[in-house]
Amino acid sequence: MRYIYTFLIMFGFWILLSGKFDLFHLTLGVISSGLVSLISADLFMYDPQSRNHLTTGVRFLLYLPWLLFQIVLSTLHVTFLALHPKMKEQIDPTIVTFKTNLKTDIAKVALANSITLTPGTITIRVEDQVFYVHAISRKAAAGLPGEMEERLAKVFESD
Amino acid sequence: MDSFFIGTGVALCLLMLLTLHRAIHGPTAIDRIMGVNVIGTKTTILLVIIGTIYHRVDMFIDIALAYALLNFIVTIAASRYFQQHKNLNPKGYGYRFPAEDD
Amino acid sequence: MDIVVIVLTVIALLFFFATTVGLLRFPDFYSRMHAAGKGDTLSSLVILLALVLYNFHEINLANLLVAMKILLIAVFIFMASPTATHAIIDAGYESGIKPWAKNPEEESP
Repeated sequence: MRYIYTFLIMFGFWILLSGKFDLFHLTLGVISSGLVSLISADLFMYDPQSRNHLTTGVRFLLYLPWLLFQIVLSTLHVTFLALHPKMKEQIDPTIVTFKTNLKTDIAKVALANSITLTPGTITIRVEDQVFYVHAISRKAAAGLPGEMEERLAKVFESD
Repeated sequence: MDSFFIGTGVALCLLMLLTLHRAIHGPTAIDRIMGVNVIGTKTTILLVIIGTIYHRVDMFIDIALAYALLNFIVTIAASRYFQQHKNLNPKGYGYRFPAEDD
Repeated sequence: MDIVVIVLTVIALLFFFATTVGLLRFPDFYSRMHAAGKGDTLSSLVILLALVLYNFHEINLANLLVAMKILLIAVFIFMASPTATHAIIDAGYESGIKPWAKNPEEESP
């Protein structure tokens, strides 16, 4: 099944980057994306715990608007901090660690990127299930891991 | 509308010059990598804007895409390389690896 | 349509300016990474959206391809920028840069 998904994604990239629709270029695209998906599909979608890629993808697309809203909030926060005349009284950086319940690798990657994009926090490193997070103020540190973990658990691990 | 995009490009170049201060005078090598990464992101935007000014976006967009990929790979490779250097901090050994008493 | 493009571009330039000021003003490496990682992502997305709107003035196949390619760059930046931030800050943490703290005697974990 994942060969078909890889083939479709690769063929979409081919059409997008070539921009030609005659028979010769389409045949070349079918041959090359078929070869690539035959050789490296297990590199592109290696996730043996997940069973249904399609519903996971749809739920992840539904998760994106909330993430965009969080990015807007975090950029406004950084702008406020950077242009504040007494900036050093506003910030109080700490490094916090917490343990997550997410199992699959792709969910942990998504959680790390989401933490980086939400206001005031940046993921430093992930060791198995322990996250090291740099927070720019005590208030941002207190809000971890937030509601993101529940949302991501709903997206990736509920089927 | 073209003059507006030229003004945008000039503003982006000025911001890149300001960022260049961080890339040159950064206290550590990691600061310099960070400055180069920010400059690279701005360069990707600037390429698309140049294409818009010359009305040849279909040509410049491929260069911008390749530049974005190259910038990402440069950042990853450089930070992986400097990860092994334990004494980047100019004031001696750091925070996670304290100085050994010898 | 031009008004929307101008407003979006000016917003993105303001965010870029705030990012640069934050990059120059913050006291230590980790806080600078906050400015570099977040401000760049949103302002790149906004300015690329403005360019998509400007280039999509008449609907035909070539314009559609150009718009799709600009959106591809936007998606790539959206995925790559947090990853690059994470790689740089991990390298800094591993090589032992001391974080700036408001109270230097207090030890963080």
